[in-house]
Amino acid sequence: MSVLLPFRLAWRQLRAERARLLSAIAGVMFACVLVFMQLGFRSALFDSATALPQALRGELFLIHPLTTALFRPESFPRVRAYQTLAIPEVALAVPIYMTQSIWRNPVNGTHRAIQLIGFDTEAGAVSFPGLAPLIPALKRPDTIAFDWKSRPEFGPVSALLAANGPMKVQIGNREVEIVGTVALGASFGADGNAVMNETNFRRLAKDRKTSNIDLVALRLHDGADPLAVQQALTALLPGDVRVVTHAQLVAWERNYWETATPIGFIFAFGSLMGLIVGMVIVYQILFADVASHLAEYATLKAMGFSAGYLRLVVMGAAGILAGLGFVPGILASVGLYDVVAKATLLPLRMEADRGVLVLALIFGMCAFAGLLAMRKLRDADPADMF
Amino acid sequence: MHPVSLSGVGFSFGEGALRRPVLRDLDLTVAAGEIVLLTGPSGSGKTTLLTLIGALRAMQQGHCAVLGQELMGAPESARVALRRRIGFIFQNHNLLGFLTAAQNVAMSLELHPDFGNDAARLRQAERMLSQVGMEEFAQALPAKLSGGQRQRVAVARALAAGPGLILADEPTAALDRQSGRDVVESMRTLAKTSGMPILLVTHDPRILDVADRVVNMEDGRIVA
Repeated sequence: MSVLLPFRLAWRQLRAERARLLSAIAGVMFACVLVFMQLGFRSALFDSATALPQALRGELFLIHPLTTALFRPESFPRVRAYQTLAIPEVALAVPIYMTQSIWRNPVNGTHRAIQLIGFDTEAGAVSFPGLAPLIPALKRPDTIAFDWKSRPEFGPVSALLAANGPMKVQIGNREVEIVGTVALGASFGADGNAVMNETNFRRLAKDRKTSNIDLVALRLHDGADPLAVQQALTALLPGDVRVVTHAQLVAWERNYWETATPIGFIFAFGSLMGLIVGMVIVYQILFADVASHLAEYATLKAMGFSAGYLRLVVMGAAGILAGLGFVPGILASVGLYDVVAKATLLPLRMEADRGVLVLALIFGMCAFAGLLAMRKLRDADPADMF
Repeated sequence: MHPVSLSGVGFSFGEGALRRPVLRDLDLTVAAGEIVLLTGPSGSGKTTLLTLIGALRAMQQGHCAVLGQELMGAPESARVALRRRIGFIFQNHNLLGFLTAAQNVAMSLELHPDFGNDAARLRQAERMLSQVGMEEFAQALPAKLSGGQRQRVAVARALAAGPGLILADEPTAALDRQSGRDVVESMRTLAKTSGMPILLVTHDPRILDVADRVVNMEDGRIVA
């Protein structure tokens, strides 16, 4: 027996109750949008949390094995950077310094922690958007580039720069000049960022030993195999550093935010809530359809239709609702991503694999609701019909 | 071999102390083409007997052969297969409200390999509807039909696939005199032209004259 006949019956049954059908579609669409938004925010927040490692340019990196996230690095001796040059494939080893300091809002004087990132700006190991034209100016003493995507509590720095040109601000106990802005973005670990040359970093972070560094970006000669060099370096260097590829560095950072914080859980929980609400709505609709047709279903059973045929009718209805709800759901989500991305500066985009994942989740949700509603079919007993 | 042949059939509801027998040692045969009316007071077991013959319930005691299928100990699959060869007419029409009259009739044909596609099923459905005088309502939804018209569609549905036996339970109970008359007349015409027997449970004295034989039940036994 073809599955098309029960599916057609399911569709005719759904179509007959327009209001019920529309509310079911709206329910599935709601669940779909909710899950898309949760997964979108989750991905966007992880993207912004990993903006710093994403912006680093290098085939391999050295980090301290105890570093859990880049906003809170464990430092290690600078000499490890120079030791890597013993491997002929390593062309360049650029130490990167990171620390947090106190920023004084230039307008109202409030204080806020800012992440300072210092490195040899001419080495090309770090490429934040907007950095390249500022490199000559950053060579001057006590100059920084401010991350214009920092949280607004740092003051309207971009607007002031555009109006008055380079300006002085106070970081820690030192007055520095902002020569321009770069784009990096606030993350969970840092509300704002300032980028500078390593010499200026030492001037701002006086209490740090200059021989201690937080991260090393390694550039390899063309044609070198990063994995082979990684192995050679791991064998060469002592246990106070770990050699990772760029992808591993990003994954390391992302893994911290996913597992060591409740953020991943919160969004998974939000998605689950959306699915449960959608499932309950679909279940109600399917259950009502079965319950209001019990006599007819029992008649069909008496006529010799198998229980499997009726189960296919319920599952067919579930599948139709999933499909009809998903299409407007994904379209609405694409539109909402656009609106929210403009409003929050979060990198929200529809991605194909997320679309496939949500499609599978929505069909799973409807199938589960269908399985629950199916139990009501047992009440359709043809022996009670006479 | 009669289409319906029962011997020593017994049936009880409930368990243990609450066990209540509704059929006791009952014998009945229905010959081919015969129209048998089953009457009796409520609680006499008529409906239970009909559900046993219709393979809607599992047998408990005795022997019951319907269209050559022994039902004592028959598995569910055999009972489902037998039900496809029986036309049921219920007190309520139980038509699917979201299907037209023709679609309702055509649905019963989905189970029969002789009608392999939609066009064939709908053709047969319209033929059946015209035999019960409902051809002009083929595209109407049940909600637009009167009670008698709906019951005639139900008759067309029960007879569409050419069953070997018709079982009907109070098909005229909810109908006025003329509609009830129309329904039993259409059943009778269809049965007599194809030779299929009808077993009909009724309280309705207005239709007793269509029967070849009236069987009276009381307390789970046949009394006349």
